[in-house]
Amino acid sequence: MTAAHSEDLFRYALRLGDDSLILGQRLGEWCARSPEMELDIALMNTSLDLFGRARTFLTYAGEVEGKGRDEDALAFLRDVGGFSNALLVEQPNGDYACTIARQFLFDAFDVSFMTALTQSADATLAAVAAKAVKESTYHLRFSRDWLVRLGDGTDESHDRMQAGLEEMWPFLHELFEMDAAEQRLVDAGIAVDRQALRADVMARIGDALTEATLSRPADGWQPVGGRRGDHSEHLGFLLAEMQWMQRAYPGSQW
Amino acid sequence: MTPVFSGDQAALDRAWQALCAVPDPEIPLLSIVDLGVVRAVSADGDRVSADLTPTYSGCPAVSVIELDAETALRSAGFAEVVIRRVLAPAWTTDWITETGRQRLREAGIAPPEGSGRSALLGHPAQVTCPHCGSTHTEQLSEFGSTACKALWRCRDCREPFDYFKCI
Repeated sequence: MTAAHSEDLFRYALRLGDDSLILGQRLGEWCARSPEMELDIALMNTSLDLFGRARTFLTYAGEVEGKGRDEDALAFLRDVGGFSNALLVEQPNGDYACTIARQFLFDAFDVSFMTALTQSADATLAAVAAKAVKESTYHLRFSRDWLVRLGDGTDESHDRMQAGLEEMWPFLHELFEMDAAEQRLVDAGIAVDRQALRADVMARIGDALTEATLSRPADGWQPVGGRRGDHSEHLGFLLAEMQWMQRAYPGSQW
Repeated sequence: MTPVFSGDQAALDRAWQALCAVPDPEIPLLSIVDLGVVRAVSADGDRVSADLTPTYSGCPAVSVIELDAETALRSAGFAEVVIRRVLAPAWTTDWITETGRQRLREAGIAPPEGSGRSALLGHPAQVTCPHCGSTHTEQLSEFGSTACKALWRCRDCREPFDYFKCI
């Protein structure tokens, strides 16, 4: 493995880890606050699955980097600009419909992404994906069910589901963004060609929206930047809560 | 899938017996061998190594299981113990043994129905109530008390129960 290749792989594992970590943390904010107990359990289970993935991806990123950083150093000791998650996953929870919109868009993408990643030439990425794809499948079943239930529910739930979708829609596009580093990894058979997933993902989303009697938001503003550390103002607040213990008491152990 | 064994038979028997007695932290009636997470054991004299596969990516029991397995092997007289976490192939509920399934039922938990692949197809067609054996059951929530379980209820005996999801 050349130095350049290893740098690309480090960044890639970091992205995958950051997406899982930040979304897991967002979902965790619902703990004990969800509309029903079953939903609390569902959201926390999903969060836990995402944290599990984040741990493996970040541990692997640290190994590839070879500078002695472990999962904890990467999760708790980087600042906003060092995070490379997509903007979608850092968006605030909003109301329950808004959270479901964010989760549904992520899951709809993630099922295709993880399925493709199982074919990676990198054994660790492929192994995590093989596990993750099963989990993402039932995450999607959950978020899709709620998208349909709220969309095709009362006038109030329909309107709020549509509003949540409008809120999150602009951030969907960044999930398909490729840069030169990812393209090099695609050429090496390691990374997933995100662009190639678009048709499947959009069809999956379209089917669900139709069933939910929701309209597809217009493709207007399509912000990007999360992958290179340009985040919305929301991420800093999330990190402040997530990292404060390690910042206040460096090296403290559970 | 049966685990891969290598090494000398006496040491292997000792190691296997020790692992068979390690309970799953979430469902203590079940051993980690019943659960199918022990993928390989290699034992020779007072050295042993065991490959364990996590059930769920974020299962908090993983570290506990690894620690318990190491403790059990040390108590069985092994001086050098290596526990490896193996990610591939991914664990599936298909690896829960027949004994494991029986023990789940005794604990009031319905064992997974069908093969792990059915998880990708949607809800199981039919889940048998572990209390009364009726198949007249319904799902309350796809997520239950732990990552591996869903919440169901029996429409005959009216009891709620945990269902061990297929993955």
